[in-house]
Amino acid sequence: MAGGQREKFKNPAVEWIDSRLPVFTLMQKEYGVFPTPKNFNYFWNFGAIAMFMLVTMIVTGITLAMQYTADTALAFDATERIMRDVNYGWLIRYIHMNGASFFFIAVYTHIFRGMYYGSYKQPRELLWILGVVIFLLMMATAFMGYVLPWGQMSYWGATVITNLFSAIPIVGDDIVTLLWGGFSVDNPTLKRFFALHYLLPFVICAVVFLHVWALHVTGSNNPSGVEAKGKQDTLPFHPYYTMKDTFGLVVFITIYAAFVFFLPNALGHPDNYIPANPLVTPAHIVPEWYFLPFYAILRAITFDIGIPFTDIVFIEAKLGGVLAMFGAIVMLLIMPWLDTHPVRSARYRPQFKKLLLVFVFGVFVLGYAGSQPADRVYWQTCIGSEAACAVDDHHGEVAHAAPAGEDHAAEEKAPMVLKVDNTMLAQFFTVYYFLFFLVLLPLLSRKEVALPIPESIHQAVLDKKAAKAADSK
Amino acid sequence: MSADTAKTKSTQEPTRREFLNLTGAAFGAVGTAAVVWPFVSSLNPAADTLAMSSTEVDLSPIEKGQSITVMWRGKPVFIRHRTEAEIEDARSVDMAVLRDKQDDKDRAQKPEWLVMVGVCTHLGCVPLGQKETESKGDFGGWFCPCHGSHYDTSGRIRKGPAPKNLAVPEYEFLSDTTVKIG
Repeated sequence: MAGGQREKFKNPAVEWIDSRLPVFTLMQKEYGVFPTPKNFNYFWNFGAIAMFMLVTMIVTGITLAMQYTADTALAFDATERIMRDVNYGWLIRYIHMNGASFFFIAVYTHIFRGMYYGSYKQPRELLWILGVVIFLLMMATAFMGYVLPWGQMSYWGATVITNLFSAIPIVGDDIVTLLWGGFSVDNPTLKRFFALHYLLPFVICAVVFLHVWALHVTGSNNPSGVEAKGKQDTLPFHPYYTMKDTFGLVVFITIYAAFVFFLPNALGHPDNYIPANPLVTPAHIVPEWYFLPFYAILRAITFDIGIPFTDIVFIEAKLGGVLAMFGAIVMLLIMPWLDTHPVRSARYRPQFKKLLLVFVFGVFVLGYAGSQPADRVYWQTCIGSEAACAVDDHHGEVAHAAPAGEDHAAEEKAPMVLKVDNTMLAQFFTVYYFLFFLVLLPLLSRKEVALPIPESIHQAVLDKKAAKAADSK
Repeated sequence: MSADTAKTKSTQEPTRREFLNLTGAAFGAVGTAAVVWPFVSSLNPAADTLAMSSTEVDLSPIEKGQSITVMWRGKPVFIRHRTEAEIEDARSVDMAVLRDKQDDKDRAQKPEWLVMVGVCTHLGCVPLGQKETESKGDFGGWFCPCHGSHYDTSGRIRKGPAPKNLAVPEYEFLSDTTVKIG
């Protein structure tokens, strides 16, 4: 970025610095005159919004850390002290707490934007992968942050998630002990989670820097998916997109503030205001909303994978669930190589568009399934004797359509209970999740005939204007 | 000519430089591992954590059919004074139906006392069934509310996602009414 031709600045102080370290030239080049496609819609705000959220989380987080104590005997009270005694502590904590949710809202929207308009495609694969890495780091950071108040959900969430690693064959239990620094989630665990929760946001900053760097090498994608070809296709970033981003940000912050001030606990779980108790598991352990789809995928694998009708098991249900959950994120990582269709934007890919929207719907349903108890029954009917089915109900069956208990099976025709429960719902959409990535995307890449794409961004804009004019007449 | 030299080169004794590079890299790797080791090891349980790793329990106040929960290594341990019916139930199960095949005789040193870690082997929740009022699941033992695992009167997994039976810790009877766990 240094070297080459540098235009002189009029302000002598600026010029003095810039001639020694050209930060002003860099800012001017990357954020001032940076050529940006002129047809962005509001989906393109969410990168900037996510950046704003990252800064917000770091500022509120550092302030909170000054009041917090990472010790199992003190953490819960320290958090309550922040809420009650520290000046504006309630405000800072609520900004931080809800900030996590709104950070994820921004990032999920940003990811959806990338999927819909094909931003992951050549030449932006690495840009996309860096984004997925940021997403992974965010999930780790958010999870460890949730443990810090040391409430019931903190404790049990940490227990369930760290236990995931025990599914790893042979070394699993040793890894879990290493993660805990003891024989259960306890003081050493809390202390290291605090240290890492403080560290990871700065790692995220570093990866965000790489993400933005890669973006400024390839340039932004845009709603038409057609690369910018010349001056007629772009606008300088400032003032056009600084202004558009600011407007979108203000709208976003307004909604965020409404939650902070009026619904501060709407996105949290009341059980986390009960101090952690290693002897009592809450009736329903539910992760924060932004993990629910992945949690549903984890729980959807309730069966061992092995040779049928034998005891030979290759992958136990527990390991299967963990693999599926991490696999769901690996799908995002390899997405640029699963979808190799030459047309980027879903605007010109009607079939891809439909399947992608079904995919998004599926993710929402998985989120809902993740929030419900595993054995919740949505619909059921009885084949055979009604009474026998009713008896069967009292067992609180978890499994699928199963013959009723042995005692009354002999008396009458074996009754069948057909039902749709939460596990089946999650299994259905888990299958679609993987089907979408592993089968439908490669298939569409070969078969889908795209609509004619515009010659240039400029042409796309003109076409849209013409269509609008025709509409209004 | 060139193919010839390549051939002789590969069969030649390694050069001094190759030797130095290899040994340099090997020592570098060993040195790095030696530096990393203390840092990783510091994350494992510390001496004071390990020191708290055994506990003694007086069993005399526990009536038949009652259970108590004690803390051991930060985890709940279930101690159940089993009734004859429960022992009979646990011992009469056909091995073939068990997911994690284990005889009840191998799980309880004295048949009336069942001692086990009260942590579901699925994802670490504490199963219900210790109190009279709690659900004991379909097999009269314990039931994990998190993801619906059912354990029988020997603490063996019978239904649900958990892969293993409830773990039996190391324990010994110091007297008829005192047990040392760990």
